[in-house]
Amino acid sequence: MTLLSLEALSVTLRDRDVLRDVSCSVSRGEFVGLIGPNGAGKTTLMRAALGLVPSTGASSLTAMPLAHRACHAAWMPQSRDIAWPMDVETLVMLGRVPHLSAAARPSAADRAAVDAALDRMQMQDMRHRTVTRLSGGEQARALIARTLAQGTPLVMADEPIAGLDPAHQIATMQVFADLATEGRGVIASLHDLGLAVRHCTRLVLLGNGGIHADGAPADVLTPENLRDIFGITAWFGDTDNGPVFQPLEVIR
Amino acid sequence: MRLLVLLTALVALLFIGSLTVGPAGFGGLSALAGGDGPMPLIMREIRLPRALLGLMIGLSLGLSGAAMQGYLRNPLAEPGLIGVSSTAALGAVLAIHTGLASAWILGLPLAALAGAVAGVALILLLAGPRGGSLTLILAGIALSAMAAALTSLVLNLAPNPWAANEIIFWMMGSLADRSMTHVWLALPLMVVGWLALATTGRGLDALTLGEDAAAAMGINLGRLRLTLVLGTACVIGAGVAVAGAIGFVGLVVPHLLRPWVKARPSQLLWASALGGAAMVLAADMAVRLILPDGDLKLGVLTALVGAPLFLHLIYKTRRGLA
Amino acid sequence: MAGAPERVVSINLCTDQLALMIADEGQLVSVSKLSQDARGSAMAEAASALPANAARAEEVFAMAPDLVLAGTFSSRATVQMLERLGVRVEKFSAASSMGDIRAGIIRMGEVLGRQDRAAELLADFDTELARLSDAPARRPRAAMYFANGYTTGEATLAGQIVHTAGFANIATEEGFAAGGFLPLEKLTLTEPDVVITGQPYRGASRAEDVMRHPVIDRLKGRAATASVTDGDWVCGTPFVLRAIASLRDMRLEMEAAQ
Repeated sequence: MTLLSLEALSVTLRDRDVLRDVSCSVSRGEFVGLIGPNGAGKTTLMRAALGLVPSTGASSLTAMPLAHRACHAAWMPQSRDIAWPMDVETLVMLGRVPHLSAAARPSAADRAAVDAALDRMQMQDMRHRTVTRLSGGEQARALIARTLAQGTPLVMADEPIAGLDPAHQIATMQVFADLATEGRGVIASLHDLGLAVRHCTRLVLLGNGGIHADGAPADVLTPENLRDIFGITAWFGDTDNGPVFQPLEVIR
Repeated sequence: MRLLVLLTALVALLFIGSLTVGPAGFGGLSALAGGDGPMPLIMREIRLPRALLGLMIGLSLGLSGAAMQGYLRNPLAEPGLIGVSSTAALGAVLAIHTGLASAWILGLPLAALAGAVAGVALILLLAGPRGGSLTLILAGIALSAMAAALTSLVLNLAPNPWAANEIIFWMMGSLADRSMTHVWLALPLMVVGWLALATTGRGLDALTLGEDAAAAMGINLGRLRLTLVLGTACVIGAGVAVAGAIGFVGLVVPHLLRPWVKARPSQLLWASALGGAAMVLAADMAVRLILPDGDLKLGVLTALVGAPLFLHLIYKTRRGLA
Repeated sequence: MAGAPERVVSINLCTDQLALMIADEGQLVSVSKLSQDARGSAMAEAASALPANAARAEEVFAMAPDLVLAGTFSSRATVQMLERLGVRVEKFSAASSMGDIRAGIIRMGEVLGRQDRAAELLADFDTELARLSDAPARRPRAAMYFANGYTTGEATLAGQIVHTAGFANIATEEGFAAGGFLPLEKLTLTEPDVVITGQPYRGASRAEDVMRHPVIDRLKGRAATASVTDGDWVCGTPFVLRAIASLRDMRLEMEAAQ
């Protein structure tokens, strides 16, 4: 079942065509890694899909009413500013905002969702710590937990693992992969191609204002695509420990 | 909710306290019920409106302070400091001295409302949720200076010789010798404003994580902004029209209460409303105890408490200001 | 004194009125603008017949006066400038008692060289004052209440008017000799028989709001009301008698009603 479908989406920012005629879809069970060099339009694509930047074309999300959309797709922006010094638990509870009425107190279901999100991100021991006093990586994990607590079929995250230590990078990728296995859909922009290859079910490579390649990791990260879009060479092999991808050199 | 009970009890206590304090000495509450003689008259016609206005204006200041801080994601936001009270005062002074206020009963509060709308809209335009503290403070200084200058101009051009001396009232605020007329003048607009601001809680919670995250959580940011502008303008406009600009309440109260509500903007709304009422009632009792026979301006006292805290907050956030 | 002055300019509301009453035809050439305003002047009509001045040294000097009449509260700079320019300036202090009014009339007669006219005026004043001074043993209590909650005591002209008309002054009970601020609550506590408020100026002001407070209306409702007609109350002239007379009439009415 399709969770997100984009039809001929185009975005123009300050007279520059950032994206032209992008069409793609994300279905249940998929963990889509959105890759591409800086400025390729990864963030813009996801924001346009959510209706946060003006675009032409069609997105299944912007077609929904605002309140309905919030229960269908959760969004973790790249900027990790948290305005107020709240504790982790309260921050994660903010993810339940779409499910609460104006003054309603959190229900048992809301608390359960927060607990589950904290469990997944291994943050139970930090639930009473003040989030603005945590390290950057810890804040990022708290924000991922917040996104998970929203309890949506589709999770969209902008560079969710940037700044995390290796253990938490792997753990977080595993969380997203688990969500996909459970029948939800995840789309996340990533710069770590090695982790993308190991955890994503599908990669979408953005370049030159559109989708350059879309498919299984092995089909997307071909030497030609790496050369044309990233300007690098890489070693890519299937090992006993799973697929391994290692960028090697910059092509001048 | 322990905090709710605690704050409500405090407000009730201070309200009763406000009724019993005054130049005429202690008055029993039974005098409110009726009876002849000067004391019932004092209680019903002088102290009751004063205490009611203290309560209403305190609620308004606390609520709007918390709402503005939540929307601008900035603990330095406060209607008085960012010039909204000053523009409301300008509107009120214009209404009084053009004769609009005496020609039409709603002229005064609506003119103050118009001034406040202009002020809030300008501030949000200059320093929206993405604007930094520095922008906010500078915009506030400019707006306050401009509005204060225009208010002085209007007062100086007024034909009434007393008017020129009244800039201090408009800038510092006072509840002295107000009557039930003023209560009825301010109440309808304030109620509208309270209801509007009370609906912003969810949106302000979501804004903790920034505009993008809030929009993706189903918050209609355009509508939130409009509700905030109108709600704040209603409560500040109505308050300033009858009692002048009382500063710093909306700064101090949310700051003190934020840790008690786990920093949740939605919870801070009602907590600040009650806290603001407590602060204004207490300050209004203090001005009467410090200077029983004079008209010590309420804003003098709130500024003495609030300005040092403001400096402290600037010091704390100075890295963000650069 | 080398004869009576021929071109007299008055730059003070109160000297304006005294001079208008005492000066010879043509002797007074200009009065201050204030005296042409009926809100503060009892002789606005008579004053309007003369050119007005704004009490500035330059314009006054240009009128080539041989005598300038000023109040002691007139701008010191203006008065000093005129004196430096060689103009004779006579300064009159504000009256705060019936004795001051009498002294003022006599002195105005002297400086204008119109002693006879002054004596005439004084005789009328004394007769009328004697007629009006019939205060009862039990004086009704009056409160004067002005902008910003200011009240005036016996040591002022207004206080003397109230006293002469046969009232006791609340300000005296509250310990004010000249005047001071009386909170509305304290005023209410005193339960005055009469509240005398000032006539509001044109335009609005918050300072004057207190005179329209519902409590004042209630106090006035219980008591007889009186409104200060500023013109008669402001200056130490025989017009004070008019103020006394109307207050006294009110007292007599109150006594008759009881």
